[in-house]
Amino acid sequence: MAKGVKPRVKVPKSAAAGDSITIKTLISHPMESGQRKDKEGNPIPRSIINRFTCDFNGESVIDVTLEPAVSTNPYLEFDATVPAAGDFNFTWYDDDGSVYEETKSISVG
Amino acid sequence: MKLTSLKVVASSALALALATGGAQADQEADLIINGDTEITVRTAAPAHLENLSEILSGWTFRTDETQALQMDDFDNPGMIFVDQGLDVWNTVEGSADKSCASCHDGPESLKGLRAELPKWNEDAGKVYTMEMYINDCRTERMGAEAYGWSDKNMVNLTALISVQSRGMPVNVAIDGPAQSTWEQGKEMYYTRYGQLELSCANCHEDNYDNYIRADHLSQGQINGFPTYRLKNAKLNSTHDRFKGCVRDTRAETFKPGSDEFVALELYVASRGNGLSVEAPAVRN
Repeated sequence: MAKGVKPRVKVPKSAAAGDSITIKTLISHPMESGQRKDKEGNPIPRSIINRFTCDFNGESVIDVTLEPAVSTNPYLEFDATVPAAGDFNFTWYDDDGSVYEETKSISVG
Repeated sequence: MKLTSLKVVASSALALALATGGAQADQEADLIINGDTEITVRTAAPAHLENLSEILSGWTFRTDETQALQMDDFDNPGMIFVDQGLDVWNTVEGSADKSCASCHDGPESLKGLRAELPKWNEDAGKVYTMEMYINDCRTERMGAEAYGWSDKNMVNLTALISVQSRGMPVNVAIDGPAQSTWEQGKEMYYTRYGQLELSCANCHEDNYDNYIRADHLSQGQINGFPTYRLKNAKLNSTHDRFKGCVRDTRAETFKPGSDEFVALELYVASRGNGLSVEAPAVRN
């Protein structure tokens, strides 16, 4: 069970319709790869965020598979076109079954 | 005659060097965090500093990419640890059932503290750093165990408290009762340590802006501490950085939290009087 997991998202509050905006996301997470061993030599079980998705008004913007080699506190930045006002929904899926969600609204005008 | 012509060559070479130096926008850049907090990264040296006319934040020596990480809190990986520091701040611990928040409310109440630390503590009769104040609070008021100097929680908490003063000018007192400690720190700064016989001043005063192998030497200012270092992906305390430096001279180092490092911290902090508190800064 990963501790201290906290998602963060940065989305502009408003944009012109049809504009491309930059979205930055970061989730604090240890991203334990499963390759390391503890002091006694036992493998430390894998515990990573394995999938990240972003939807805009229900439509998929990006769907990412993350692998064990991705660093601690994975940071993902991408561009999205905003056709109309609405909500961006961000979802991170943890190996332990936890799902972390965040929503950001954007206005057009 | 020969000497004169040599001088001419030397001065034109210098002019060339200055021109190329000027083209590196990164070193001339100004630091504004989140578009609103202006940070003083270069200013006139404090009066006690005899050998430098201008003091420069370590930020000015870093690459464009590293500099950019500090211009926005979202991009600054150190802010993750500040958030973790806030969790520590609100955690009730010890026999008195208190957290930092029980007495101090929000961390904003300690705004300005970072800028004047280390400072003379009359009750204790010695110079105190932030770590020492935190541990006094923990053992005396919370009834909790003291943190180790470089414990994760300790460093994250100092970052949380430091960030409240971000943008304020460093202004540590070097006179009055703190003076003897300050003198001790100054003595250390100019003492050559280790098999390589290097003093702090050899690199950070005589050779700042030069390269030591691939590393661009800064003035060794500590206004940005605790600092997020790309090399170990966590926040680092001032004393840990001192330890790393002294170790690199191939000397037996002082311990983080030792009287020697407290004195050195006071002296080095005073060398940055006038620069802004930058913590948590992003460095190599």
